[in-house]
Amino acid sequence: MSLIELHYDVPGDDFTRAGEASGSVKAQLKKLGFDPGVIRNVVIALYEGEINMVIHAGGGEIDVSIDPDQIRMVLRDHGPGIPDVALAMQEGYSTAPDNVRALGFGAGMGLPNIKKYTDEMRIDTEIGVGTTMYLRVDVKN
Amino acid sequence: MTVREFAALQNLQVLVEGDLSREIGGGYCGDLLSWVMSRAQSDDCWFTVMGNVNAVAVSVLADCACIVLCENAALDEDAKTKAREQGVNVLTSEENAYTLAVSLGKAL
Ligand SMILES: Nc1ncnc2c1ncn2[C@@H]1O[C@H](COP(=O)(O)OP(=O)(O)OP(=O)(O)O)[C@@H](O)[C@H]1O
Ligand SMILES: [Mg+2]
Repeated sequence: MSLIELHYDVPGDDFTRAGEASGSVKAQLKKLGFDPGVIRNVVIALYEGEINMVIHAGGGEIDVSIDPDQIRMVLRDHGPGIPDVALAMQEGYSTAPDNVRALGFGAGMGLPNIKKYTDEMRIDTEIGVGTTMYLRVDVKN
Repeated sequence: MTVREFAALQNLQVLVEGDLSREIGGGYCGDLLSWVMSRAQSDDCWFTVMGNVNAVAVSVLADCACIVLCENAALDEDAKTKAREQGVNVLTSEENAYTLAVSLGKAL
């Protein structure tokens, strides 16, 4: 059991609510007195993952486990899956449609950002079934 | 320099008032949200034309001092509501990002 476990349902295609889970986790970590650098890493990774769920997968679920030495996040969706993960991980690669690009998304920087700001990133994905992303941010002293 | 002081200097109009006494630490220009998300620093003044609800979310998460909408870019109604809820300073100007950023750079 972790110190704190949080669960969020992320609605699909609701851009007005996208970022709520990340915002809530940020507030929790702040309250618990985590280092601002750690909070930043967690929040960037979580927001990018959350937005991807909304844009590319029709929503999903997020579980966050907070421990003094690490924060773990599991983002699960039942979207279309990612056909080529290595390609999706490349900076600049994006399949975001025009209407989503007009909102400022689609730079193809989300997954690379997640990689950059986490200590572990694992993607399980199956076409037509969905995608689960496992993330870990370590608290270094 | 505080957000209020910069607003006075550049004649910015305040669309949403959060904490105008907040200190500006630097600046960032950009409209691609996942770029801004990972590059903007805490206390930055963020110059953009992206006045939607997601820009407000990014500003909160990246902990920017304020959003400055350049060249009279519009702030959506739900973005305004969200900015009020979250206490995000949103200002607007007819100047472009370059002009405003140069001015901020000189003032800091
Ligand atoms: N949960 C997901 N389900 C299905 N496809 C995904 C998912 N997450 C990412 N992808 C695919 O991987 C691509 C790259 O994702 P990434 O987050 O790096 O960029 P983006 O979301 O397109 O743009 P940005 O994040 O810069 O706004 C996406 O365009 C999409 O094709
Ligand atoms: Mg993305």
